[in-house]
Amino acid sequence: MNKVNSARRFMIDLPKNVFSGFVVSLIALPLGLGLALASEAPPIAGIIAAIAGGIVVSIMGGSHLTITGPGNGLVIVILSAIVGLGNGDLYQGYLFTLAAIIISGVLLFLFGLFRLGGLSEFFPSSALQGMLAAIGVGILAKQFHVMLGFTQVKGNTLRQLALIPESIKNIFLNPSFEFLLASAIGVVSLVFLFLYSRIRNPLFHLIPAPMWVVIGSITVIYYFDIIQNNSQVLNPALMITLPDNLIGSFPSPNFGKMFTSEFMGHTMSITLVAVIESLLSIKAVDKLDPLKRRSNINKDLRALGIATGVSGFFGGLNVVTVIARSSVNVNNGANNRSANFFHAAFLLVFILLFSKQIQLIPLPALAAILVYTGYRLAAPENLLKIYKVGKEQAIIFITTLVATLITSLTTGILLGIIATLIVHVFLNKSSFLFTQNWLKPNVLMYLEEGSGNYYVSVKSFCSFLNFFKLKAKLDEIPPTEHAIVDFSLCEFVDHTVMEGMNDYSQGFSRNGGVFEIIGLDIHEAGTEHPFAIRKSLPEKSFLNFNISLTNRQKLLNELSSVLNWNYLPDPVSSYGDLEHFIYFRRKLINYSYNSLVSENKNSLLFDLSYSEGAFIAKEDLKSTFLQIKAPYQMPIFILDKENLMSSLYGLSGLQDIDFKKHPDFSKRFFLSGEDKKAIRSFFTNDLIFFFESHPLYYIESKGDSILIRGKERLASIQEIKHLLAFAGEFIKLLDTKKS
Amino acid sequence: MLKFKKILVGFAFSPNLKANVFEALRMASFFNGELMFFHVGAKTPEKVSRFMELVKSCPVQPKKISVRWEIGNPVSVLLKASEAFKAELIILGALKRENVVKFYMGSIARKITRRSNCSVLLLINPSVERHPCQHIVVNGFESPQTKTTIEASFIVANALGAKKISLVEEISRSKVAVSVDDDRSLRRAMLKKEKLSRREQTRVSDFVKNLPLKLTEKINWTTQSIFGKRGYSIGHYAKVVRADLLVMNAEENLGFFDRLFTHDIEHILAELPTDVLIVNNKKSE
Repeated sequence: MNKVNSARRFMIDLPKNVFSGFVVSLIALPLGLGLALASEAPPIAGIIAAIAGGIVVSIMGGSHLTITGPGNGLVIVILSAIVGLGNGDLYQGYLFTLAAIIISGVLLFLFGLFRLGGLSEFFPSSALQGMLAAIGVGILAKQFHVMLGFTQVKGNTLRQLALIPESIKNIFLNPSFEFLLASAIGVVSLVFLFLYSRIRNPLFHLIPAPMWVVIGSITVIYYFDIIQNNSQVLNPALMITLPDNLIGSFPSPNFGKMFTSEFMGHTMSITLVAVIESLLSIKAVDKLDPLKRRSNINKDLRALGIATGVSGFFGGLNVVTVIARSSVNVNNGANNRSANFFHAAFLLVFILLFSKQIQLIPLPALAAILVYTGYRLAAPENLLKIYKVGKEQAIIFITTLVATLITSLTTGILLGIIATLIVHVFLNKSSFLFTQNWLKPNVLMYLEEGSGNYYVSVKSFCSFLNFFKLKAKLDEIPPTEHAIVDFSLCEFVDHTVMEGMNDYSQGFSRNGGVFEIIGLDIHEAGTEHPFAIRKSLPEKSFLNFNISLTNRQKLLNELSSVLNWNYLPDPVSSYGDLEHFIYFRRKLINYSYNSLVSENKNSLLFDLSYSEGAFIAKEDLKSTFLQIKAPYQMPIFILDKENLMSSLYGLSGLQDIDFKKHPDFSKRFFLSGEDKKAIRSFFTNDLIFFFESHPLYYIESKGDSILIRGKERLASIQEIKHLLAFAGEFIKLLDTKKS
Repeated sequence: MLKFKKILVGFAFSPNLKANVFEALRMASFFNGELMFFHVGAKTPEKVSRFMELVKSCPVQPKKISVRWEIGNPVSVLLKASEAFKAELIILGALKRENVVKFYMGSIARKITRRSNCSVLLLINPSVERHPCQHIVVNGFESPQTKTTIEASFIVANALGAKKISLVEEISRSKVAVSVDDDRSLRRAMLKKEKLSRREQTRVSDFVKNLPLKLTEKINWTTQSIFGKRGYSIGHYAKVVRADLLVMNAEENLGFFDRLFTHDIEHILAELPTDVLIVNNKKSE
């Protein structure tokens, strides 16, 4: 019975997952080619990794919505392996590296087998951020030259970074048409990528930005090929080359250097980065899952290991879980692992059918995608965010970043860990706390008999060194329950732990549980940031900002006094029951601010910061919402503008409810919900007339409360007034309906 | 049945001396027992007079008090004296936490605890004024000694007037044998845990129900299962609930390696969460 049911469910969901897999393959194709090229491997290697990853992990993995394939983080380590092991001969280096990839697959599998997934908790969060930033700088430094059309710039990251001005100068020194076209394609692509998220057209967003870049650049090449009859407008070195016979020409990995220390070093760093990138991504994707499932990390690692082995055997790169593609997958309505499989299947189809067109993709376009990726990894705002948590975190971040750039990735992260340790010892003015208690158990968790709450007490100190112990206990609490974490016996809590606590708190609130942290009141924090280090030694806080209100905030304040509502400009990270609205199902809510509460607390107007997607597919949004308490229990429904997107929603199971008697309403509005009968009887003639005669708003009811949004951006004071008036009339209408 | 009639108090001239002596005198009068003060060190007239003055200044005076002075190795002399005296309880003042060197060498109090044949009470915060004992936490390990330990805790609770006893069953994580990876394994682990803790609770409750009614009727007792490292969690729990006394089973055969790889009672001894009574009834067997 159960099996039959789940098979039926799977068939019903299949179209959604096929569709989502298709969209993901559109972004995976350019990224796969680009990441392989950036690692100096043949471009096809990236596609092989995506195909192997998609097929193997979708069958054997333990996560639900992740997409697997070649990863950004690995570019730098694989590049250094290919260059290092090849001694100048890149193809030989590639063959040696394939052997390293296969072995790293075996290691990954063993990691999963011995349940070492939790080991990734040993890396302090700021050091990890620093390492990722270094990877970003590495990708950016190398690809910037390619984007401008120079493929021959050699040297380490710092040298390539220093050569960027020279490359820019070179364009203007000998401006041949070929050169200018190549740089133009690159630069225009980059500008487009930066602007993409600003354009809020849902149809336009159906195709991911990287695919637009590919399509655009291929069009340019076609234009020259067909109209101008110039089939080699760009230097062949600036074009992608795929092997002529795709199936028969797999390279054979060379295990000849297997027992040299150099080979082992490269294998270790490839494995390390693969594990870190995968685990970070799996964790991030779990937060986006609308069905709130928990991934089996160790099972996923085993599958990734096997996929990596398979991929390496066929000449592909490492397979890791990737965040940007996964988030695109989530946003396009995937709900099980089959989407990952279809993404691989579509890639296979592309590479077999369109290999000629793929060879028309100019490298500067792909390089632009990579520069954008690198920039997003190393963006200065990441540093700023960390600085806000605390000065000491910025020091750790910069230490790791610089150390990774100067030495190697493994040395860099090691130095980052040491820097973190030193900072912690310095902050506590003693290492005694750490040396004494590191290996001792320090977490107590029990189910309070009587109240039914889970109580967790943490003793001595809690930092990245022993966070895994606390995590192990917290993972045993079902996130639908009430958990209380008590830090009052704990003398020191670090940033990594505070960030982890925030993750848990989000996870619990998503699942309807409660996650409370107590006992931190006696701890002093360096900054106001919620993730700042906390220690029980008192220390004066040195930063005191006086926030001045913006013009809009002043107007909001005035409006609040006119309406006699309560105005609070400060950002608040508790956002009540918002997550239960369908609108936020695939979105991540960051915080709300500028909130106006009516006197009877029935209406709440607020600006909300939320985001869609992650990493390079991330779009940060800020919009104004009005949430009102329903006067009585209403059916659950969504009322939105009818457009092409909504007909696409029809594909994914949401159906438009139309009224024969009201063709105008049915044409203009997209109405959907589970309980069609109740919705039909709820939408009476006068209500439909009301909606027809008023401006369009996005309206969603979750039964006991209603969410109204104007445009998908912050509303002006005028718009807010309209919105409030609309809501007032709406409620009045509902009140008369009730009586 | 366990008795605490013959009490041996080891004392040294430490800053805590007065508080220790007062606590011991109070304890002996609660149990209506015979008290012997024992000092390992030279007997000098001024020390004697200082000590006797201290004893006399206490408002509580049990019937039988004796004081003995002897020279030698503190641990072996005290242990020998307790054998000779047929002591049923040794009271010792202890420091809350030992530093690294002392821990591995074993401080006097802890050495005695490890080698003694009778029960030992370690006081970490003795006070001159009486600070009533209200909440006792007692272990409910699955061990042949546990029955006696639980009984002892009820005897002590009655003698000291404590109102509340929490019986804590520590269930080792390896018994759950389900590691939590995803939602399904979490559900399985939850079911297993529930079953285990229900079983443990019945086991411990049965001990209490079999005790004579006059021991248990005045006391509000509860059980609490904890999944965690054995011997560690109970100490942490005692600290969290601010227990006044922790009652534990004595462990047999504690060697150097047991201390190196701390487990069971060693966690408690390494960092005393509160006053600890270690119940040992080797003699009565």
